[in-house]
Amino acid sequence: MSTSTTPRIPTAPLAPVAIPRRMSPRRWMAEIGWRHLVGLAAMAFAVFPILFVVSASLNPLGTVSSSGLLPKAFSLVHYEALISGSRGPFLQWYLNTLIVCGVVAVTQVFLSTLAAYVFSRFRFAGRRIGLLSLLLVMMFPAILAMIAVYTMISDLGQVIPVLGLNSLPGYIVVLLGGSLGQVWLIKGFFDTVPKELDEAAIIDGCSHWQVFTKILLPTLTPILATTVLLALVGVLSEFLLGSIFLTADDKKTLAVGLYGLLQGDRSNNLGVFAAGSVMIMIPVIILYQFLQRYIVGGSTAGAVKG
Amino acid sequence: MSSTHAPAHRERTTTIPAIVVRVLFLGAVLAVAAFTVPLMIELKQWMWLTVMVLATVAIFVLYSTKRFVPGKYLFPGTFFLVVFLITPIILTIGYSFTNFGDGTRGTKEQAVDSIVANSVQQTEDSTWYNLAVATQGDPVEGPFTLFLVDPETGTVYRGDETAPVQEISADEVTVTSGFVTEAEGYTILDAREVNAAYDALQAFAVPISDTSAVRVQGANQAFEGTTMLSYDDATDTLTDSLTGDEFTVGKVGDTEYFVDADGKRAFSQSWLQSVGASNYERLFTDAGIAKQFGAAFVWTLVFALGSVLLTFVVGFALALVLNDERMRGRRLYRSVLLMPYAVPGFISLLVWSNFYNRDFGLINETLGLNLDWMGDPTLAKAAVLLTNLWMGFPYMFIVSTGALQAIPNDVTEAARMDGASRLQTTLKVVTPLLMVAVAPLLVASFAFNFNNFNAIQLLTEGGPFLPGEYTRGGTDILISMIYRIAFGGSGADFGFASAVSVALFALTGVLAAIQFRFTNVLEDVN
Repeated sequence: MSTSTTPRIPTAPLAPVAIPRRMSPRRWMAEIGWRHLVGLAAMAFAVFPILFVVSASLNPLGTVSSSGLLPKAFSLVHYEALISGSRGPFLQWYLNTLIVCGVVAVTQVFLSTLAAYVFSRFRFAGRRIGLLSLLLVMMFPAILAMIAVYTMISDLGQVIPVLGLNSLPGYIVVLLGGSLGQVWLIKGFFDTVPKELDEAAIIDGCSHWQVFTKILLPTLTPILATTVLLALVGVLSEFLLGSIFLTADDKKTLAVGLYGLLQGDRSNNLGVFAAGSVMIMIPVIILYQFLQRYIVGGSTAGAVKG
Repeated sequence: MSSTHAPAHRERTTTIPAIVVRVLFLGAVLAVAAFTVPLMIELKQWMWLTVMVLATVAIFVLYSTKRFVPGKYLFPGTFFLVVFLITPIILTIGYSFTNFGDGTRGTKEQAVDSIVANSVQQTEDSTWYNLAVATQGDPVEGPFTLFLVDPETGTVYRGDETAPVQEISADEVTVTSGFVTEAEGYTILDAREVNAAYDALQAFAVPISDTSAVRVQGANQAFEGTTMLSYDDATDTLTDSLTGDEFTVGKVGDTEYFVDADGKRAFSQSWLQSVGASNYERLFTDAGIAKQFGAAFVWTLVFALGSVLLTFVVGFALALVLNDERMRGRRLYRSVLLMPYAVPGFISLLVWSNFYNRDFGLINETLGLNLDWMGDPTLAKAAVLLTNLWMGFPYMFIVSTGALQAIPNDVTEAARMDGASRLQTTLKVVTPLLMVAVAPLLVASFAFNFNNFNAIQLLTEGGPFLPGEYTRGGTDILISMIYRIAFGGSGADFGFASAVSVALFALTGVLAAIQFRFTNVLEDVN
């Protein structure tokens, strides 16, 4: 991973390197045209499930058998059903998900940033061991210990009810177990900022906290925001712990709620499920398009999406 | 500590707001500790008590002075990491040496209570109640609460397995024609739901006193009866007052139960106890289980390797093809190919799960096939890999494109000068250079897929299952198999599931070692 911790932000596509003369059609086909054919095929493969979701969400019948790639009819009934809550408290799920994902992603990245700052800028006993054990611990699949986490949280709920089972704060603190997950990634970002910057600030009388908040954080804001977004989409897909912890209908997240909706009556709830998916997917896709250049950098640096 | 910073700090004086914030913060921590510690002692939650005390001490040591600067930054994340990641792993190792599971969650005392309460028999003078079953949890799993109405007096009672029957005031509930129909904070089960939960309710007894309890009879009746069994502490035996039979503690398999004179298990209830290494023995020596575990392990490897290879080959090939400077619209291609990566994983998986329907699924319908994707183990495996390819190739495409653009042009030009063909340049010059950059990501992706629970659970739920087989379906990887052992339909067996988890932890450790080797991370931590 070390070889790639530096974000590799690709240079903007170069302007076409002068096309001196027009190629003959046959030559064009052999050199470039076939590339477009491959590209179009790949685009078709990439897009068809997304098209399917959109068209299923608009198909008034809302069954698997009647849904195809292109909508046969246009209707917003499924969106209405979702918003009105007749198939489950969808808006509540949406809100729960926003809360969980927002809090977890921001806290995770913030705590990782704190730790990454120390690992990047300070030299102290146990630093090397700390960094390496972090790498090791983060590789262990936390969900394997789900039984233990379940009993722990059920016990904690007896002392502090708000942190128990079937409560969003309880679920959130468990997910915060991954709080140091982005340390290596963010340490890579910190390492790219020249040390001379903070040394100058220290000479000017800044404390270590001021160096962190006034010098380094502002420099790294865009890439940290992207890291938050990637973490957010990761949390969005957390399903296993959610399905064990959040059983009450009004406590569910979208992943748990929509899964239940689809499992409950797959043939008839597809339309509603698709409408719900569109309402989650479209904002994320648009955000990704805007942040494309940062995401490319962030993903090369070793963030694997869940 | 930080040698570079130390001189600057000594000159600084502390501001008053900083002191106020610090005092308030430490005070708040102390208040939380003072509130929770007595409760934890009362509930005998030693694990949480330890966490609470250690955390409070750590906070005071780290934040009350100006020393330990790195510790101040590391503590918050480390706290969550230790409590919610490392502690559960240690607890899991502990569970793997016990019989923890359904019917063995509680203490011996609770098991005895449950056995005694369940021995309730109806007598001639039994009181009958109008029954409504309610729950604050799940209508199938419970936990259940009984609302009883005495048809003669109209008095309303409430009770569950842990709280004995007690009278409640009529304002808390709505009673319609002699039955409780609404209760604040509870969901009343309808007849269909009661039927669905019938087995659980049959084994359900709510104690009234040491010798009597209420049991459910039919969908809307309950009776009060006397217990037939009594427990004697001194001899550790249960005695049946009707037949005079005595039941003593004895071992059946690796777990202690109450057994009859012939040593046969008399009651299904047991309690949490240590079983030594027998969960591990079962895992490695029971031929049936070892075979299941082995088959799941092989498929896990195939799945993880196959996913990485497929996504990488497709992603890399696309990057090579589309990274030609003479092509127009490269940005468009890249934007569109990025889309699957932006779709949240659980949506992708659930959407794809609809495509494989035999009769109406998009794939069979579009291609005019009649393949039973989800019914045939091999096809189901192919379906899992195909879906994972769709989800993963954009990432590999992006990564490869980035790496390709980072390779300097003069390298490829030099190769061309030396007479290498386009293909040779790609295979012999570009690919090796790119592999250096992406190899660590491939290993990380392998490790991720090795435990990619969602990809299996949301797509196939592990299926297809052979008849009579519950623990492992055709597409179950190790982690989803553990989920099924722990929470699946054949009853919860947490102890055994924990043993399998520990085995998987060990495997993950080996993987981590391999990854460390591959990435040379040990050499350059700086």
